[in-house]
Amino acid sequence: MPVDFRLPALGADMESATLVEWRIRPGDRVRRGDVVGAVETDKGVIDIEAFDEGVVRELVVAPGTRVAVGAVLARFEGAGTREAAPPAAPAPAAPPSAQPAATAAAPVAAPAGPVPLKGAGRRRVSPAARARASQLGVTLEALEGTGPDGAISLADVEQAAAKLPAPAGGHSMQEAIAAAMSRSKREIPHYYLSLTADFGQAAAWLEAYNARVPVTGRLLYAALVLRAVARAAHEIEGFNGHFVDGSFRPGAAVHLGVAIALRGGGLVAPAILDAESKPLAALMADFRDLAMRARAGRLRAREFAAPTITVTSLGEIGVDTVFPVIHPPQVAMVGVGSLVRRPWVIGDTVVARPVLTLSLAGDHRVTDGRRGAQFLDRIRALIEDPEAS
Amino acid sequence: MSSTTITYREAVREGLREALRADPRTFLMGEDVGHYGGCFAVSKGLLAEFGGERIRDTPLSEATFVGAGIGAALGGVRPIVEIMTSNFSLLALDQIVNTAATLCHMSGGQFPVPLVIRIATGVGRQLAAQHSHSFEGWYAHVPGMRIVTPATVDDARGMLAPALASPDPVLIFEAISLYNMEGELTPGAASGDLDHARVMRPGRSLTMVTYSASLWRGLEAATTLASEGIEAEVIDLRTLRPLDTATILASVQRTHRLLVVDEGWRSGGISAEILARVAEQGFYDLDAPPARVCTEEVPIPYPRHLEEAALPNAARIVLAARELAGHAR
Repeated sequence: MPVDFRLPALGADMESATLVEWRIRPGDRVRRGDVVGAVETDKGVIDIEAFDEGVVRELVVAPGTRVAVGAVLARFEGAGTREAAPPAAPAPAAPPSAQPAATAAAPVAAPAGPVPLKGAGRRRVSPAARARASQLGVTLEALEGTGPDGAISLADVEQAAAKLPAPAGGHSMQEAIAAAMSRSKREIPHYYLSLTADFGQAAAWLEAYNARVPVTGRLLYAALVLRAVARAAHEIEGFNGHFVDGSFRPGAAVHLGVAIALRGGGLVAPAILDAESKPLAALMADFRDLAMRARAGRLRAREFAAPTITVTSLGEIGVDTVFPVIHPPQVAMVGVGSLVRRPWVIGDTVVARPVLTLSLAGDHRVTDGRRGAQFLDRIRALIEDPEAS
Repeated sequence: MSSTTITYREAVREGLREALRADPRTFLMGEDVGHYGGCFAVSKGLLAEFGGERIRDTPLSEATFVGAGIGAALGGVRPIVEIMTSNFSLLALDQIVNTAATLCHMSGGQFPVPLVIRIATGVGRQLAAQHSHSFEGWYAHVPGMRIVTPATVDDARGMLAPALASPDPVLIFEAISLYNMEGELTPGAASGDLDHARVMRPGRSLTMVTYSASLWRGLEAATTLASEGIEAEVIDLRTLRPLDTATILASVQRTHRLLVVDEGWRSGGISAEILARVAEQGFYDLDAPPARVCTEEVPIPYPRHLEEAALPNAARIVLAARELAGHAR
């Protein structure tokens, strides 16, 4: 007995959804509770489960189609009728076509016959669009193509990415972080370096600067660090860019990712765009703006996709040295520890100075420790002498 | 020094004159290059200026005078051989492909052939199928020699000197339809570069790769396209072998779309090679299937309107570019 599988209401206010993908094919056996596909609603992409047991006979709706709640998505052959269908198949490698059986046994079902799913072939997606989609985390199946022959183009992917909801805290973000970090540790041969910078001169400079400007224009020490990293990344090749398809592609500009912890848990690292060319005041303003919007869940897709190198700081909670995990496809991450006062030797005297421990995780496919040391040392020099940079 | 307006023909002649003056080992030979001044009047006046030893009329036998040129090059002088049209060069194919391109390699580097062959190519004005074909793409298939295709007056003048300096045979394909074109010589432009393609017009919507006479049709099309908001980046290949793949790939990386415009035929042509290289090395940069506008696959017709229709003209280029950029209407 055929059973209709209909789009369930996945929330009181849900009226329709777009089918994103099927995870079943005609002929598959499903049990109650099996995930059979995914739909996209206003709330995001949600898995849908089978309510009945049976064998999939027909997928009525193709991915990319928007359907109303209650519409038939697929038809299953109920458990009861199953036994009559395959009585010990005679040919070992017979194609799984149900055609002869359907006409002989169930004449009523004939019109619903084995309609090949339209668009069962591969969707037209340009190579550039496919690569970009995986980078931006855009699901291709639900997109409308506007390229030649209706292919999904780069512009389609980027438009879709712009509409992606800013990832809120919670489950999916944890999954995304897990996937990125697993990939990082699987693929990127990390090397680590660290050094301690004397922040004394910079602290004095900051104090003098902040005394001159109105309260709203005051700088945090983070701004000096961000600027130093952006400039050093711009100057010394091999740290700013992406490792894609087996080779390093330097970034044209430094889009400086800043790791921001969210209140509800989780972490985002949106980018300050073109950071290498921004003066301190602009960097500070951008940093404040990003942090505020990140916590309000109002980041733009471009800011997520853009980072060419990232800075992470755990100084606020007393960590001395951070050993960062690079976020692929980036090739470096700079860690910033606590700004603390420590005994420091100047000449032959031990004095109390504010110091900051900087660390670097580098991708050994692109750079080596020697180059990493130059990079880190350049950051240190830029921080220690804020006037010079 | 101010810039000078000059025809493509005069520019080629200027290059010849400079080469003949610069090196006493250099001489020009070919059919009607002396007394008649060249079939396309390129060498007009050179006989009077340089004398019969250095401007030599030859019998009407391409195999003979190209072979003689190879011998002269092996003997230590610097011959410039002119072949009247691309079609006629086929009579000397054996000398060019089996001898000029191979001797250096077969002798383990002992006998390089520093020969320059100038060949007029492509359609002129109704010269019909036996005088109008473009075979430079064919020659670009053959290792052991260099194929250059000047499209500008700078290159028409400037490519000869580095060609003569090359230890390998160099074939210079001069477009018949460009001989009357006027252009401005850029002072100091003769850089001697035979290795790089040149971006003639920057753009972000698509990369249009072309060369020789098609360059100007491409640029004309690019102007029309720009008025519709499609910015074509037009690249003059300049040299077909070795092909400057890096410049093409760098452009495709910016535009994500490739259109090749070629006066040769489509099947097995140089355009096919360019598409293949971009597919091999730039696949993930492509946002649309690469496209080509080539000469229709017919022997070039004689009637004016059919000749024009067979060529990759600006109207056909505009149509192809619109489709590629997703602006088809």
